[in-house]
Amino acid sequence: MKFGIIVFPGSNCDIDCYHILKDVLKKDVDYVWHDVDNLDKYDCIVIPGGFSYGDYLRCGAVAQFSKAMEQVKLHAEKGKLVIGICNGFQILTEAGLLPGALVRNKNLKFICDTVSLQVENNSTPFTNLCKVGQIIDIPIAHGEGNYVVDEEILEKMKANNQIMFTYKDNPNGSLLNIAGVCNENKNVIGMMPHPERAGEALLGNSDGLVIFESIINYFEGGAKNE
Amino acid sequence: MKAKVYVTLKNSIADPQGNAIRGALNKKGYKNVEDVRIGKLIEIDLGDISKEAAEKQLNEMCEKLLANTVIEKYEFEII
Repeated sequence: MKFGIIVFPGSNCDIDCYHILKDVLKKDVDYVWHDVDNLDKYDCIVIPGGFSYGDYLRCGAVAQFSKAMEQVKLHAEKGKLVIGICNGFQILTEAGLLPGALVRNKNLKFICDTVSLQVENNSTPFTNLCKVGQIIDIPIAHGEGNYVVDEEILEKMKANNQIMFTYKDNPNGSLLNIAGVCNENKNVIGMMPHPERAGEALLGNSDGLVIFESIINYFEGGAKNE
Repeated sequence: MKAKVYVTLKNSIADPQGNAIRGALNKKGYKNVEDVRIGKLIEIDLGDISKEAAEKQLNEMCEKLLANTVIEKYEFEII
């Protein structure tokens, strides 16, 4: 299976994502510059964190007009996988691939911390190796991670089990402590915390590996998810 | 044809920045200030097009880019 990490001008977490996938998990992965015509060869697209397009206008607002995002939409429509991390999550909401929006942290501060996340849904390609209720400690680094969404849409999301992760101790005022969500089809996920920064025990924390391992398990493991 | 576009948060969205500014104004002595909401002013020079075309374009621009209609509302004036 092949991973593709989209790189926009201003993305800066692409290197950590690449390292986890290539050096730690030994998978086939490419950096994909945003000016790409075709994503056919990729099974899973990673949209990394950073400050794409300088966060101009709104975080992730400009990226939706790139060739890459047009291709990511087609890729997602085919049922292939997309994981957006931090700025990647913001880009996916702006592009309409995930519901809701990310607004300024409630306390107005940019927060760099390690937080405890609870896994809410383990029947997705991204969490199939997790247990529901499992706690993973993952770094966050964001100023606009406060998730909001309309009441009506939220009810549908709850009914459809689209809330993926919640904060045990909400750092940013996010609605219902939401740290990550998926789309209706469960093939696109966005999360504010950075699992790629928790991928090696040697560096102090490997709690984030399970998400990437779940994706690999979905493609290569014995039991595909129902 | 020039326009001013005002993009503001929907009423249902909390505005911590606005609250912080309200606090600052209150501290500066303007204790009567009850609420502050921060928005954006975007000035656009649309070039040589008709008023009707400008209005149509501005609506499209706001819907597609200038405002995130999940969390923001917009209005504009042609000047």
